[in-house]
Amino acid sequence: MPFIPHTDAQRRAMLAAVGAASLDDLFADIPPDCRLAGLNLPAGLSESEVYARLHELSRRNATPLVCFLGGGFYDHFIPAAVDAVAARSEFYTAYTPYQPEASQGTLQAIFEYQTAICRLTGMEVANASLYDGGTALYEAAMMALRLTGRNKILLDSGVNPIYRNMLHCYTRNLAIAFDEIAPVHGQSDRARLAAALDTDTAAIILQNPNFFGAVDDFSDIVELAHAKGCLALVSAYPIALGLLKNPGAMGADIVTGEGQSLGLPLSFGGPYLGFLATRRSFVRRMPGRLVGLTADRLGRRAFVLTLQAREQHIRREKATSNICTNEALCALRAVTYLALLGKRGLAEVATLCAWKAEYAKTRLGAIPGVTVKKSAPTFNEFTLELPREAGEVVSRLIDKGFAAGFPLGRYYRGMENYLLVAVTEKRTREEIGRFAEALEAVL
Amino acid sequence: MSALIFEQSVPGRRGCTLPRLTAAEAAGRLRIPARYFADAPPDLPEVSELDVVRHFTNLAQRNFCVDGQLYPLGSCTMKYNPKINERVAALEGFAALHPLLPQLRGGGMLTQGALEVLYQTERWLCEICGMDAVSLQPMAGAHGELTGSMLIAAYHRARGRRKTKVLVPDSAHGTNPSSAAIAGYEVVTIPSGPDGELDFARFAAALGDDVAAVMLTCPNTLGLFNPRIRELADRAHAHGALLYYDGANLNALLGRCRPGDLGFDVMHLNLHKTFATPHGGGGPGAGPVGVKAPLVPFLPTSVIIKRPDGTLALEYDREQSIGYIAPFYGNFGVILRAYTYLLMLGREGLRRVSEHAVLNANYVQARLRPQYDLPYDRRCMHECVFSAARQAARGVHALDIAKALIDRGLHPPTIYFPLIVKEALMIEPTETESPEELDRFIAALLAIAEQAERDPASFAELPRTTPVSRVDELKAARDMRFTA
Repeated sequence: MPFIPHTDAQRRAMLAAVGAASLDDLFADIPPDCRLAGLNLPAGLSESEVYARLHELSRRNATPLVCFLGGGFYDHFIPAAVDAVAARSEFYTAYTPYQPEASQGTLQAIFEYQTAICRLTGMEVANASLYDGGTALYEAAMMALRLTGRNKILLDSGVNPIYRNMLHCYTRNLAIAFDEIAPVHGQSDRARLAAALDTDTAAIILQNPNFFGAVDDFSDIVELAHAKGCLALVSAYPIALGLLKNPGAMGADIVTGEGQSLGLPLSFGGPYLGFLATRRSFVRRMPGRLVGLTADRLGRRAFVLTLQAREQHIRREKATSNICTNEALCALRAVTYLALLGKRGLAEVATLCAWKAEYAKTRLGAIPGVTVKKSAPTFNEFTLELPREAGEVVSRLIDKGFAAGFPLGRYYRGMENYLLVAVTEKRTREEIGRFAEALEAVL
Repeated sequence: MSALIFEQSVPGRRGCTLPRLTAAEAAGRLRIPARYFADAPPDLPEVSELDVVRHFTNLAQRNFCVDGQLYPLGSCTMKYNPKINERVAALEGFAALHPLLPQLRGGGMLTQGALEVLYQTERWLCEICGMDAVSLQPMAGAHGELTGSMLIAAYHRARGRRKTKVLVPDSAHGTNPSSAAIAGYEVVTIPSGPDGELDFARFAAALGDDVAAVMLTCPNTLGLFNPRIRELADRAHAHGALLYYDGANLNALLGRCRPGDLGFDVMHLNLHKTFATPHGGGGPGAGPVGVKAPLVPFLPTSVIIKRPDGTLALEYDREQSIGYIAPFYGNFGVILRAYTYLLMLGREGLRRVSEHAVLNANYVQARLRPQYDLPYDRRCMHECVFSAARQAARGVHALDIAKALIDRGLHPPTIYFPLIVKEALMIEPTETESPEELDRFIAALLAIAEQAERDPASFAELPRTTPVSRVDELKAARDMRFTA
């Protein structure tokens, strides 16, 4: 049998040692009428057969499309060294580092990840990771509700609609009032946000760049929020932080985001990486695992999981979150990516994305009938207004080998002719040119 | 000591190469005003590719792992992770697939292979668990519990029933009460009886019409299968309560018995436990939920459907759905590995898993019984729970035993859990460990018991063979140093 090393003789000897007559005997506690005769499933296959079948299935997915599709999930280049590090089985076949002496590798890697996230976001403390950007934002919102004891949340609808859907889903059983404020000219609507802010507001939730790709400096909104005793939560795109003012510098209280762009494959939606960083004074209200620096018995530097009294395995129904697993291997990929890119590399990737996006804007905006939506400045994603329904255009461009972008009509009523286009450092001038030609041809 | 990657930084050093802008691309201008820019780039290390690779290779060598040694953490099912799973997950057609493609018109046809993996995995898990439908979206076990609790709430709400409580045994994983509480329920803890099972009388007394669900692990965290499980289910159902199955211990039952047949209505599985996907140093995992037919309308958005022409599609428009618990379709890369494992094992292989997991645990239990206290002395399932009370009386606690095992190059069992056993040593060998490996582990624990008798003071300085010796946890909590 696959992966079971026991021989017949060993099985017999072990059964004798435990005083059982047969393997069936070991299951005597299961009521007879609940015992299963057999599963209605196919027989097992050999490794080569399984590989062939899955290889075939993988080929039934997209012919390689040139990707201008983003929406919060991006086709960035992953250096080979990221894969090499994550393929070390000392990392991927270990578990949660509850025994620090046997897990210093994982613990130090997470400590370095926490450090990198803090430096990226401009915050003081980051946890060991959460499932994804959406659950991280939900956890941040819950944190804000607990910290303020209030029950209202102001939500900028420039926040990724997928994340807004998730927030609503998770809070449906709780008495929380949401107020959604739509952006003006693609940017957060200061006047309406200010008017909606009151002393019942626990948090204001913003995103930079927002779903439409617009960049912003939320310092003024954060100031307004703080004046009302409300916390400011910012969901950020980590690649953009190589270039843009970070949320910490804007005064944000909790910063979250999706870490997929930091060396994680798109992998049809997961596994991804939610990061969450905050102020040091909020650390005891933060969800998820946390690694701290300490020393061993002989005074040598060592790392250990700490402040576990926040967590479910200690606090049970009173824990800050029910989360147990984090995304340690994804966090390892992220810190490896950030170390390889380094201070200058990350800034350069961000710069490449921004310049290439501007170039694409110019090329696409020059097509008759196509308008670049007038908006605030954008980073690597922008909105095009097309002369016809964007979903239809995208469908035709798939046939020409392009994932052209995301039709905004899916989430925003009245925006059926609008297309959200993303450009990463992987897109070449030639690809952008061919994309422009293809778009012009299908309009 | 391994220097932090940040401490290895040398100004000007680089670990990557990047494309250059062409003249045409650089001819325009960046229309982002200066006020939006950072004053300086984030203070990341400046290191070479070799610096990075060597650094993390050195760190890797400071870990114990399943590929290195037996890793018998109770409740965690640290079985071998087949290498074919990694090769499959790396296939370009899966790894590079954008999750928004199916939301584009015509895009669904470009993801039929990935949707087939999801659809088939759902079918397999339904059959294995005796459930009517599975959602693969939850990204971890606790996430599955939360999703399950939300499904339960939606189910009762749709029936106009006001139910406020969830019953949880005191032997449960901490995530159970925590997940139920976060879903908005009041948690009522039910004590265990002298046989290690849920105290039936106390359970029956706590059952009222305000109880939404009873969350159970079966076999429970003591590794014991409750022979009265059907009766328990009937009682709960009589009060309109649903029965929730925590799938952490499903490895004990594979192919032998199905939660759905035992009376469970909602459950989660841990693909990283039962279905051999890597634990990753603490994630990513995957925690699919399974439900019986009455809960199907409430499943998270989206669900995979098979069209009459045999193609697969995602259905988003579902009136009673609890909504979006994940951005997409769950941890696809993890699900893909589990599906690979399922295909290799097939119906017979799955049954062999539980048989050998249970055989291995009972073997360890039988061999250690003379030297360690066994608070619930019965046949166990996939794991056995000892108490180090006898050793603790000599000053050698469960923690000391764990450190002594580490000193001998073996990973310790789960300690101090379940909470109802003093000085608990919770051992789950899994089916992939050979009898020779078990014998080595048993010999080490027997030698440690002997050492506890002979020289209890010697434990304080263990482990000595690891990169660091016993770590000061209090100092970490006091100093609160979370970054370089």
